[in-house]
Amino acid sequence: MSFPWAKHYAPKHPLMQWIDSRLPLPRLVYNAVGAGYPVPRNLNYFWNFGVLSGAALAIQIVTGIVLAMHYAANGLVAFDSVEHIMRDVNSGWMLRYAHANGASFFFIVVYLHIFRGLFYGSYKAPREMVWLLGLVIFLLMMATAFMGYVLPWGQMSFWGAKVITGLFGALPVVGTPIQTWLLGGFAPDNAALNRFFSLHYLLPFVIAGVIILHIWALHIPGSSNPTGIDVKGPQDTVPFHPYYTAKDGFGLGVFLFLYCAVLFFAPNALGHPDNYIAANPLSTPAHIVPEWYFWPFYAILRAFTVDFILPAKLWGVIAMFGSIILLFFLPWLDKSPVRSGNYRPAFKKFFWLLVIDVLILGWCGGAPAEEPYVMISQLAAAYYFAHFLIILPIVSRMERPLPLPNSITEAVLEKHGNAAA
Amino acid sequence: MVRPIAFLAGFGFVVVLLFSLVTGAIAYISEPPAKTAEHEFHLHPKDVSFRSDGPLGKFDRQQLQRGFQVYKEVCAACHSLHQVAFRDLKDLGFTDPEVKAIAKTWPTEVPSVNPDTGEAATRKATPADKIPAPYANEVAARAANNNAIPPDLSLMSKARHDGGAYIYSLLTGYQAQPAELVKHFPDSKTPASLHYNPYFANLNIAMPPPIAADGQVTYADGTPATIDQMSQDVSAFLIWTAEPKLENRHQLGVAVLGFLLLATILAYLSYRNIWAGIKH
Repeated sequence: MSFPWAKHYAPKHPLMQWIDSRLPLPRLVYNAVGAGYPVPRNLNYFWNFGVLSGAALAIQIVTGIVLAMHYAANGLVAFDSVEHIMRDVNSGWMLRYAHANGASFFFIVVYLHIFRGLFYGSYKAPREMVWLLGLVIFLLMMATAFMGYVLPWGQMSFWGAKVITGLFGALPVVGTPIQTWLLGGFAPDNAALNRFFSLHYLLPFVIAGVIILHIWALHIPGSSNPTGIDVKGPQDTVPFHPYYTAKDGFGLGVFLFLYCAVLFFAPNALGHPDNYIAANPLSTPAHIVPEWYFWPFYAILRAFTVDFILPAKLWGVIAMFGSIILLFFLPWLDKSPVRSGNYRPAFKKFFWLLVIDVLILGWCGGAPAEEPYVMISQLAAAYYFAHFLIILPIVSRMERPLPLPNSITEAVLEKHGNAAA
Repeated sequence: MVRPIAFLAGFGFVVVLLFSLVTGAIAYISEPPAKTAEHEFHLHPKDVSFRSDGPLGKFDRQQLQRGFQVYKEVCAACHSLHQVAFRDLKDLGFTDPEVKAIAKTWPTEVPSVNPDTGEAATRKATPADKIPAPYANEVAARAANNNAIPPDLSLMSKARHDGGAYIYSLLTGYQAQPAELVKHFPDSKTPASLHYNPYFANLNIAMPPPIAADGQVTYADGTPATIDQMSQDVSAFLIWTAEPKLENRHQLGVAVLGFLLLATILAYLSYRNIWAGIKH
């Protein structure tokens, strides 16, 4: 693991030596996120988002544990218990807004982290396992966020749970029994609410576990970098601490500032007003929409409107899950030996097209299911699948990449326009 | 092997999506979706501002007290406010004895149990009680209101887009149904039991105009009780009921952002300091 020139942990204090010889935990931390981990010197700010995702998870776990001390997972009182937190628990309003907006900011930084990986080819050899584990974390996050949104037991909680579990009902033959089994009944009720709460508390710790694997897998080849070329020698790297701890400290400050600006001054901007109406199985909201971070996938789900061999709903479900599953195959779909999009002129254009495409999908997913949004989402969804499954494999074969620099250091010096190190 | 399968799968999704698109486009052109009265005549809330708006907004306590008076004398006949306790009214500037008196003289009593017989009974409210609902249950509420349930108002200003302005617009938005509407959408004529209001989602609301005349309440502070004034006051009050900690949030927010700004500047300077001399 790591490069030969990595600094070695050599505790000076007798206490640290005593601990290290019995339980080398300080050594583990030193090698993982301390001076013992050499990192390319040329990382840009897009490399901040991994640490920020970890910070967001920590915020969610801490606020979530305290909220769970005051929340009651029972269909009769869940809605009022959330209002109790907002009104009567000391600083409860802050905890709840921090948790609700924390989920949104978690997704913001994770999406930026994922698109960073897509642009710079971080999914390519030898980092395929880092990418695959990251996708597992993403799926776990989606499950956790969905179940968390059900807990306040408002109108969108209830109807969101009904629609999402209803997706499984689209499967032939086994669909309805699976839906009933997932919910513990024929519609979302106390059984569903309780199991969602239980799993919502469990999954973040599973995520934390997979993050450890994600970082472990990353540390085998070491971090990628904006040029995408391999580290050649000690001059290409700096120790993680203090260089990147300092840079991440600055990134964390910016992140917390933006997060707190929303938390304190627009805490409901990212939520839906209907979730301040208590769940009512007899009254269906005019437009059922999930939280914003699911909108692109929701748009893909709803884009299939015609029965074509299979029922339209089943197509939608397959495509929605497929849109994430296909990312698992990305390292083998894009065979270009060049990692970084900076040196891939054709790939770069399609990448930005994909970014715009996903934003359009998100916009359609939040809009009501009527024209012209449905037609736009059909076009956008078609591009999404074509991008990964058709265009990317072809581009990676046809494209002529730009000449790569010989080393990271050379690229850095060229950027600064002189030869002095 | 992965790439041919991926190509086929991608081709399949694209074909089905484009087929859906063409089918939808043909249907859209051959049979354009009929316009609805809601789509044509529904209005966004009026432009109205409250002292609590904006990042530094604070409540106008005089206004909240007036709004509470409107709720108590007009809305409370039908609408509950079950997230709010009498003790919370101290935030509006009422003193302890005043809150006690408000609770004790509230027209609806709190459900209770007769201590001697164990039979259902009612008792006078105390400051610790939530404001009692006007109807004992949903059936009673429906029976008294032509089968419509008057919703709880505690969270109304957060349960609608642009909540405060929405409530104000709804209260002041009652009008005769436009002849244009009836001409183009004869099926959407407001039924006799409902009332036309373009700010309501489906244009026809069961609630009759609650604030109908100037001077409907007599304000203790001497403010002229116009329809517009009463509507603004009760909207401001309902912003408070939905977000009673708004002022704490704004104050703490300013302090937190100030601290974070300073911490971030320091973090940036130490980052520049540590990286000084290293090109990257």
